[in-house]
Amino acid sequence: MKILVCISNVPDTTTKIVIGADDKNINTAGIQWIINPWDELALTRALELKDAGKISEVVVANVGTAITEATLRKSLATGADRAIRVNTEPADAWTVASNLSEVVKNEPFDIILCGIESSDHNGSSVGGLLAGMLDLNFISSVSGLDIENEKLTVQREIDGEKEILETQGPVLLVIQKGIAIVPRIPSMRGIMQARTKPLQIVEATSSESMTETVQVTLPPEKGKCKMIDAENAGEVIRLLREEAKVL
Amino acid sequence: MNILIYTETREGSFKKQGFELISYAKALSGMTGGEVISLAIGEIFDEELKKAADYGASRIIALEADQLPDNRNLSKLLIQWIKQANAQVILFADNNTGKAIAPFVAAGLKAGIATGITGLPEKTDPFIVTRKIYSGKALAKIQVKSHYKILLLAANTFGIKNDPVVPVIERHNIEAEYFESPNKIISTEKQTGKILLGEAEIVVSAGRGMKSPDNWGSIEELAQILGAATACSRPVSDEGWRPHGEHVGQTGKVINPNIYFAFGISGAIQHVAGISGSKVIVAVNKDHEAPIFNVADYGIVGDVNQVLPKMIEAARKIKTE
Ligand SMILES: Cc1cc2nc3c(=O)[nH]c(=O)nc-3n(C[C@H](O)[C@H](O)[C@H](O)COP(=O)(O)OP(=O)(O)OC[C@H]3O[C@@H](n4cnc5c(N)ncnc54)[C@H](O)[C@@H]3O)c2cc1C
Repeated sequence: MKILVCISNVPDTTTKIVIGADDKNINTAGIQWIINPWDELALTRALELKDAGKISEVVVANVGTAITEATLRKSLATGADRAIRVNTEPADAWTVASNLSEVVKNEPFDIILCGIESSDHNGSSVGGLLAGMLDLNFISSVSGLDIENEKLTVQREIDGEKEILETQGPVLLVIQKGIAIVPRIPSMRGIMQARTKPLQIVEATSSESMTETVQVTLPPEKGKCKMIDAENAGEVIRLLREEAKVL
Repeated sequence: MNILIYTETREGSFKKQGFELISYAKALSGMTGGEVISLAIGEIFDEELKKAADYGASRIIALEADQLPDNRNLSKLLIQWIKQANAQVILFADNNTGKAIAPFVAAGLKAGIATGITGLPEKTDPFIVTRKIYSGKALAKIQVKSHYKILLLAANTFGIKNDPVVPVIERHNIEAEYFESPNKIISTEKQTGKILLGEAEIVVSAGRGMKSPDNWGSIEELAQILGAATACSRPVSDEGWRPHGEHVGQTGKVINPNIYFAFGISGAIQHVAGISGSKVIVAVNKDHEAPIFNVADYGIVGDVNQVLPKMIEAARKIKTE
């Protein structure tokens, strides 16, 4: 069984956001790029399944410009077998999904994993769009995946409700946390090996987008925190009712 | 522009956010014109169905099913009804279900999609909405260029507004083919009666400062008195002290309650990403330099074990007044 993990390249989660000169993007100077946290967990699980002999090949794919290659190399160093980069600066989730759909049309996969969201634009759309474009069976909010004799056991978790499903490929799974807890990091040996693993660059087939960013701004500053003495902690309940009027 | 709202059901009733979505759609129809149509799939009681009209739905559709179709079929069913209703704006809750179904629907309609929106469009021609990006660290105005426009409204950001109309109510069956699926459900663990974290107006949350899962009794007690949902920071759920569903933040749930209580939570940037939409944040931490105080509205420097009993007592008093 072959698995595709879709990888988004995002700023480190501690990045302080500075607005770019065009007011439509953020200023990327000095930003540390990482694998989107959910994609990293998805990749971790895919590699665990490969170690267990249940997956034959783990491929990672990204739609982006050359700037994303460090992230793809890191995925290879973590253990992915090869990487595909579709060369374009995506305008929105539609551009990403339509270019990924071409990758999958050229090379079918049994399982496709997408993170539930990308921590930059928080769109939560690429997985579902990709499934829709390919008219593929898809399962959302996946927090567990196992494989036994080509049969997939998938755990979903929504609002404290748990569901266990059985299915088979081809299927697209939208991954949330729980699929793996601690993300796998590259080993020294992995970093060495990654240098010779294939990273294929394909040209974009579509640049169509459905949305366009008109302006990016910073949120308004938060007011000062009102401190209450610990001895008098009950007072806060009164303030919530009488001052903030939210209770 | 007709507006269609996908209103989720739970145990025969609308999920609470359905009414907020209808209120939003009614206000939006003041800008776009057109009809406000609500569509529910699943089991729903007659008495409950009527309530959609209290908030402005003039056409109320219920498609009956004891069990929902799988994601793909549910999306296709929605596409069929969106076309039937001649709707151009489609509204979902910005929760797990909305995020699952809306993009598949968008692919079918060739629609632009805006998730996590918190208010009405600035204008509708061109159609421009504001949404949070970088987990609330920035805001983006985006233009939805496509004919069909799909919006996902974050919970508790618009509010529920009474605006009664006289509705047409329809019930329909669903063709059997929509229930065919390659997925077989082996087991489900339901939660009944509990306040859903994503919808809760008050959230009592705690972090590693609680020291042990055995100390959660007072968190639950305070939540119970206030009618609040409980939540936690990531390490707390990673350690298995609390269920994953309670984890808020960058990699967990993003919530917008009226009040968020943070007990023994340091306020790391990834945690704040999930709670910055709260109207009021109350923080209790023994370290006066904890970053949570930078985002809190009310702060108490102190030990959770000493502060919690006092708050519980005050909450109980105010609730019985
Ligand atoms: C990619 C990534 C994603 C992440 N996503 C998330 C996320 O979604 N959500 C999330 O929460 N975190 C997330 N984190 C982790 C985050 O960086 C913090 O590590 C985490 O939020 C800290 O949890 P905490 O505040 O419970 O624990 P700590 O940081 O250990 O803080 C405990 C706090 O309790 C206080 N305290 C201790 N004892 C007491 C006492 N007796 N009384 C009062 N106060 C006390 C301490 O002063 C301290 O401030 C993420 C990290 C990364 C790298």
